[in-house]
Amino acid sequence: MKAPIHHILPLTTIVRERAMPIAGTVHARLNQNVNANDIIAEASWAREHILLDVARTLHISTSEADARITCRNDDRLPANSVIAVGRGLFPPRIRTPREGRVVVVGGGQVLLEVGMNKLELRAGFPGTVIDILPGRGAVIRATGALVQGVWGNNRSDSGQLINLADKPNSILSAARLDASMRGSIVMTGLVKDSETLQAAAAVPLRGLILSCISQELIQTAREMRYPIVVTDGFGMLPMNALAYKLLSTNAKREVSLNAQPYDRYTGARPEIIIPLPFTGNLEQPPQSVEFSPGQQVRMRRAPSMGSIGTLVEVRPGLTVMPGGLRVPAGVVKIEGGESVIVPLVNLEVVG
Amino acid sequence: MPVSLVDGESLIAVDVGRASTRAVLFDVVEGEYRFIAAGQAESTLEAPERDASLGVKNAIANLSVVVGRTFLDGLRNPILPVREDGSGFDAMVVTISAGPPVSSVIVGLLSDVSLESARRLVETSYNRIYDIFGLDDHRRADQWIDDLLKIQPELVVIAGGTDGGATRSIQKMLEPVGLASYLMPPEKRPAVLFAGNNMMEAEVKSLLSSQVGSLQLSPNIRPSLETEDIEPAARILARLSVDIRKKQNKGIELLETWSNGHILPTGYALGRMMRFLSAVYAGSRGILCVDLGASAAIISAGFKEKAVLGVYPQFGLGENISGILNFASAEEILRWSPVEVSPGSLKDFLLQKSLYPGTVSATREDQAMIHALSRQALNLSVKSAQRSFPPHVPVLKPGLLPFFDPILACGSALSDVTRPGVNLLLILDALQPVGVASVILDQNDLLPLLGAAAERNPLAPVQVLESGAFLSAGTVIAPVVFANFGSTILRARLIYADGTEARAEIKFGSIQTLPLPSGQTGRLMLQPLRGADVGFGQGRSGTLQISGGALGVVFDGRGRPIHLPSDPGRRRDLIKKWQLALGGA
Repeated sequence: MKAPIHHILPLTTIVRERAMPIAGTVHARLNQNVNANDIIAEASWAREHILLDVARTLHISTSEADARITCRNDDRLPANSVIAVGRGLFPPRIRTPREGRVVVVGGGQVLLEVGMNKLELRAGFPGTVIDILPGRGAVIRATGALVQGVWGNNRSDSGQLINLADKPNSILSAARLDASMRGSIVMTGLVKDSETLQAAAAVPLRGLILSCISQELIQTAREMRYPIVVTDGFGMLPMNALAYKLLSTNAKREVSLNAQPYDRYTGARPEIIIPLPFTGNLEQPPQSVEFSPGQQVRMRRAPSMGSIGTLVEVRPGLTVMPGGLRVPAGVVKIEGGESVIVPLVNLEVVG
Repeated sequence: MPVSLVDGESLIAVDVGRASTRAVLFDVVEGEYRFIAAGQAESTLEAPERDASLGVKNAIANLSVVVGRTFLDGLRNPILPVREDGSGFDAMVVTISAGPPVSSVIVGLLSDVSLESARRLVETSYNRIYDIFGLDDHRRADQWIDDLLKIQPELVVIAGGTDGGATRSIQKMLEPVGLASYLMPPEKRPAVLFAGNNMMEAEVKSLLSSQVGSLQLSPNIRPSLETEDIEPAARILARLSVDIRKKQNKGIELLETWSNGHILPTGYALGRMMRFLSAVYAGSRGILCVDLGASAAIISAGFKEKAVLGVYPQFGLGENISGILNFASAEEILRWSPVEVSPGSLKDFLLQKSLYPGTVSATREDQAMIHALSRQALNLSVKSAQRSFPPHVPVLKPGLLPFFDPILACGSALSDVTRPGVNLLLILDALQPVGVASVILDQNDLLPLLGAAAERNPLAPVQVLESGAFLSAGTVIAPVVFANFGSTILRARLIYADGTEARAEIKFGSIQTLPLPSGQTGRLMLQPLRGADVGFGQGRSGTLQISGGALGVVFDGRGRPIHLPSDPGRRRDLIKKWQLALGGA
């Protein structure tokens, strides 16, 4: 049976596509070395549109209105610009209510886009540009440690890693955050209240790594402007031993958080990247393998959800679980010695 | 002699589900089509494979092992048609439920006319409605444009205007759709289905065809104010849904080639099968089919003159499961749990399950939560579908289901025949059927596949249905009554074919059974007490000829609707008792 892979790797090659959702200008160049905060592409998009119905306002036919419209597609017009003049001794004038760009003219109407927004795409982690995605972004390669998470609030940033988790299930409170942590990324176990998330924004932190998050905090976490990466799941889970060890031993290094949401269709996951110099040739890690004894696995569901263990046996045929389900299963030895029988679909290989 | 229209054709029907892909072989045995065997593999729509056809090949390869025949060539492509050496098969049909719900918006005129019909149309496939634009909408046209741009819908369904009726109002609605679509990147432009006034075809084409991703026109779903005709549009929408999936996943196109275009959304295929069944079997009672799986909950009801289909991705037990809290509170869901679970634990569980929808329950607490969720999801789905039931179908009490017999159940959450009692109790709790109904479990989830096969080979579904490929869970007797807990509400006498008999006295609040194995029939005499109604009228007795099943005759004496005790401890004890009564725990 195929096993999904959850990457927790001390040193690997990381290749990631960084692309904008809309077309724009790519600034990155092939083979360019980029830093995490370098803008590699940008685009602008309109927040709003205004439809000016010239024919209706002037009480004329659409063809006559088209003849009386003075602006053209792509014209950039300041507010109050005249775009059409009616008939008569004192002809009515139609003006733009706001500054904007003419998107389309026709059918006696003018569509303006207003309230332009700028989208800046940052590299996200230091590396080398190995491919350009025309109009969209670039593909960047780096070497370093990689820890994948399960939930992210769709922000990204980088900074120095501070470890505030004395143990994998440490609880972070607002009182532990102070101005000396400004611009850093803090790793902890869990957060129990929204005040702590707000306090992190006030410092301000550049990111937060949590082992888990409770349902009540999800909305606040989404509203935070700094990235939050959750490594293990929802509820009250300690950080898995591998991620805890890897992150805590890399404290004080520069880390990049890409808290993109988990998307099973594209394979995107929230990620923590710790760039490390390496001159040799490192393979990219595989994306799936067959289950086999000896593999390190992570439990995706109860019992022992979030724990890391070793798959000691893939059981033949189907196994009856306590609730009565018959499924392909394996025996997993959890860190600490306990062995449990787990449906294979509840496991992912760590590697 | 084979009696198929396509003589002796062997058929592989494939269902691409969210978690698994199944390949089912139907072939002619002794002159009639039979379900032969099924092969299963993991679905491969998601990363890292992102190619649905790989999972299909694996499922067919596993089917080959089960039946000892060769279906794939050296390059693992299907061998179509059968070769002289006997390898291969003659035809393939595909159903697909995997993939994210299609983001949809509805545009129409009146909220209780064309918009309501359009909603019913959109609910015939795996679509999620993000916005509705109608005549009574106070947003300006440019606000429509901005809202459409924010949603970036994959599908826009436009309805409105009776045939030969209003055109100006519809035209006004087409403009913002066209403009918004024009502003989207070409690869993200929505597919548009126009199912309104049939006199507007030329106008719709000229306004939209060059600006939208694709444009389809169907017969009007509301040709007159009094008439609704969704089916022709639903068929086109099913096709459009497959086209949208094709854009999302590279393997779908290959499946379309292999199946020669016989590829349908699973929900639509199930609805088609139910339309067929209701045309053949529906009498004074309707036929109901419920399908609960990871992708969606599906309710398909067949009445003599109308079939209703509702596909509800928001109530599926997979990646959308956490959204159920938008429709029911954690406390409402947990009232069905036989073990104590805190609302907070349930909420965290929902998020975890939506993150890993393919995972399964490995602890009793997990299973209790998923069973409680299944009940709530199914109950919400049937309530949603009930809005579309024909208004004249009689019900014993407002809010209750009309009489349905049989009730068919399929989908990963309901079709596990190793625990028919668990599934039957889930169905009884969630649907709360009334009167007399036989409950049939489609243990191989064949119904949608037969719905898809019907187009290719109309005899296959008929013959497979009559071949005993389904499992009867039992005949349920559910009186509508309210009485004191423990008081007798029904006396029953079952006379077996050999003349022996068994009796039962049904107490209010209990579930009891009388054995009647599958394949046997019996005569059941019912004497309702305290004004109970089992379908003969309040307090009226009657005699029925009934068929057996895995659980025999099941008397659900809990009344309708079921009132659960407010005391959590007593409630949980009662649920455990009901589970034990049906042989599950």
